[in-house]
Amino acid sequence: MDAPQVGEFAHIGKSVVIKGELSGSEDLYVDGNVEGSIDLRNHSLTVGPNGNVKANVSAKAVVVQGKLDGSVNASERVDLRKSAVVNGDVTTQRIAIEEGAFLKGKVDIQKEAGRAAGLAST
Amino acid sequence: MASVSDNVMRFFRNSSNHTVTPAVPQKLTRRSSGMGEISRLLNSQDGLCVLDMGATSANNIRFFTNKGHKNYSEDLLRSSLDPALRMKDDSGNSVVDSKKFLDENLLYSNAQFDVVLCWNLSDYMEESLVKPTIDRLWSVMKPGGLLLAFFHTRDAGPDSICYRYHVTDTDMLEMQEVKFAPPGRPASDKQSPRLQRVFNNRHIENLFRDFASIKFFLARDAIREVLVVR
Repeated sequence: MDAPQVGEFAHIGKSVVIKGELSGSEDLYVDGNVEGSIDLRNHSLTVGPNGNVKANVSAKAVVVQGKLDGSVNASERVDLRKSAVVNGDVTTQRIAIEEGAFLKGKVDIQKEAGRAAGLAST
Repeated sequence: MASVSDNVMRFFRNSSNHTVTPAVPQKLTRRSSGMGEISRLLNSQDGLCVLDMGATSANNIRFFTNKGHKNYSEDLLRSSLDPALRMKDDSGNSVVDSKKFLDENLLYSNAQFDVVLCWNLSDYMEESLVKPTIDRLWSVMKPGGLLLAFFHTRDAGPDSICYRYHVTDTDMLEMQEVKFAPPGRPASDKQSPRLQRVFNNRHIENLFRDFASIKFFLARDAIREVLVVR
């Protein structure tokens, strides 16, 4: 995923540093540093190539191109792009991992009732 | 006026001049007796804990989670190359700090894993890390758990390619060359890790002497598969 157009996402630029609890009801693109926790419930989080997130993350969908230290709980799907470095456990229904992505942690695929869970490779 | 055959020949000559063959990475496969035995365990029980110590593989995560097992990924070879682990010994030589390595890696509860996939880690990892890593694995494995490791034979030669392994079927593996950029070098300078040593059977038995049993499978590709029971 390329960097989103302004207006589509809330955007945290690469020179921004945030420490604390981050929550919201819109999609979020993080290309800076976030330390704490991120809770987006029904929205998506994208960690950009310059992003460095040290937080437990809860969102509908999580896309990682940069670095993420912490557990990831995505109700729908997780995409680890080729430059992703993730240290933490991942809980989701679907996960896609590009060649070159690094994951250190547990992958727990949650099966939604009436729907087969899947894992997509790229 | 050119004949039909001339035009046909010209067409093929021209097309061959303009054909660009894309560089497709070669995919090799091998049958694995050790993986076959592990698959029998995976197929007979639910909810097992599997630790995969190779490079992160979507194939492997899919294979294990589709069977209802929990998959843990930890690319220990890549972690062992972290420049922050290097220190000087008494003689001033650069060595890897095995204590720091184990303080930062393989941090799991005792008796957590039913299956551990070491692949060819022991052959490519720095000497000082191999025994402490195997000892830590003994602690984090359940009694009766299975560990699969691959060891090169001398026939493999010092320039053997380091592969990562993707499980494609119960006893089939896809092999893909592993390359890392040396610390401080750009990604374009990726190199395949060097084979550090070749273990003979006695070395391997000593390495796993605390485990309950060990079984060797010899293959034609200069690899010994070793299946160890905790």
